[in-house]
Amino acid sequence: MMIRTAIRGAAGVAALLLVAEAAGRTGLADTRILPLASTVLARVAELAGDPEFLQDIVATLTVWASGLLVAVALAIPSGVVLGSLPRAETALRPLIEILRPIPSVALIPLVALLFAADGQVKTTIIAYAACWPVLINTLYGMHDVDPLARETLRSFGFGRRAVLLRVSLPSAAPFVMTGVRLAAAVALIVAISTELLSGGVGGIGVFIMKAGSGYRVDLMLAAAVWAGILGMVVNALLVRAERSLFRWHLARAGVVA
Amino acid sequence: MSNLAVRLLPVPLFLAAWEAGCRMAESTYFPPPSLIAARARELWFSGPATRLFLTDAAIENFVPSLGRMFGGWLLACFAGIVAGVAIGRSATLSAYLDPLIQFGRAIPPPALVPVFIVVFRDDLRMLLATIVIGVVWPVLLNAVDGARYVDRVQVDTARVFGLTRTQRLVRLVLPAAAPKIFAGLRLSLSLALVLLVVAEMTNGTINGIGYELVYMQQSFDMPGMWGIVALLAVLGLVLNLSFLLLERRTLSWHRLARRAV
Repeated sequence: MMIRTAIRGAAGVAALLLVAEAAGRTGLADTRILPLASTVLARVAELAGDPEFLQDIVATLTVWASGLLVAVALAIPSGVVLGSLPRAETALRPLIEILRPIPSVALIPLVALLFAADGQVKTTIIAYAACWPVLINTLYGMHDVDPLARETLRSFGFGRRAVLLRVSLPSAAPFVMTGVRLAAAVALIVAISTELLSGGVGGIGVFIMKAGSGYRVDLMLAAAVWAGILGMVVNALLVRAERSLFRWHLARAGVVA
Repeated sequence: MSNLAVRLLPVPLFLAAWEAGCRMAESTYFPPPSLIAARARELWFSGPATRLFLTDAAIENFVPSLGRMFGGWLLACFAGIVAGVAIGRSATLSAYLDPLIQFGRAIPPPALVPVFIVVFRDDLRMLLATIVIGVVWPVLLNAVDGARYVDRVQVDTARVFGLTRTQRLVRLVLPAAAPKIFAGLRLSLSLALVLLVVAEMTNGTINGIGYELVYMQQSFDMPGMWGIVALLAVLGLVLNLSFLLLERRTLSWHRLARRAV
């Protein structure tokens, strides 16, 4: 069954590539604008051995990781504090609701004027976008704590700190992790957006912009394919980390046996 | 109502603190909110009453932007729901397409903006393509998920009672998938706003919210720039709240059913 699904999946990918190739070969699509699928695949393979493109990937990964780290370092503690102080949360909720929908890319012009260093601009923008999923999920996790466990500990004379450390945090941790995984996907999108919009010395977005100014659609598509692969790999890693770290939670939620 | 009033009480306090902070800091980069509001009024909301006080600049930029955003979003909604329900109901189709879907949604949509600029050349098609490709994934994945897990007993019952395929689809599958689909639609609406701004900022569109933002930056108009950011925040909030309201009305039967159980 697994093998049959895999074969069908591969057949689907092959069919799409063949149709794209045929459209180019038969002149249905203008190959001067939209390159052949085989050309794009060849570029994808070439880019893997191109040291300059590898540097661009490293640059993107660096701003991505730093932005995500800043977001996590700010959002988790804020979420824990707000989650354990209901009044503070009520007071700050309207602020969160108004700040959250602001498209982080719209802040690029502002942040670009505030910071001189390119890395700081990107990290700030990425952190802004990535902090919301983490914060919202942390708050949600803090609300989802089993009241029975909390009250039990309290009635045994444990203080607020002990309840927080022994019940609330472990119970909220899986939600926080899901938030981090969602934030990682958002952070990659924003990382590439900032590279497209504010340039800089390197990055996948910068590479795509450069390829675009030379009308090299084959290179642009190949770089986009690598960005997709990057996104898939990181997501897969985070899903695996989530599964192994919080096996107990998933088992309880009935996701895995 | 009083509950809402209590919940909104912090808003004026924040505005006052923001105003006071900016006045004390006296930084060009951080104009006080009163100045931002005045600038926004002057730029966009000082038009004649017959046009809801909107100025030419507001109509020239906001109307096309909103049109592009809703146009792209609706196209993506339609495509995503149709394809998603089909894939969700057919295990075979799902097996063939799953790797493509997983890969497609992993590509960061902004990475394709420069590609669309070269391929399409005209602004409208490029903007629509960016928004559709970017926001179709949440709709598609949620529709697949919603359509896949329809209650087995209900499907069998419908079959026994002789409902045709179309009837089963309209009366059973679509309503069962609706809550999931709506969650996807709401996610994609906020994503559409983000992608609209990215796409309008990236290329040389001649108008639009993103274009205004870049123009303000280039002319170093700080209050105007903050005004655009504030406007986007309000727009995002209004879109989200209106969609929630629509969702509640459309899905009221679902909530009632859930409560009864």
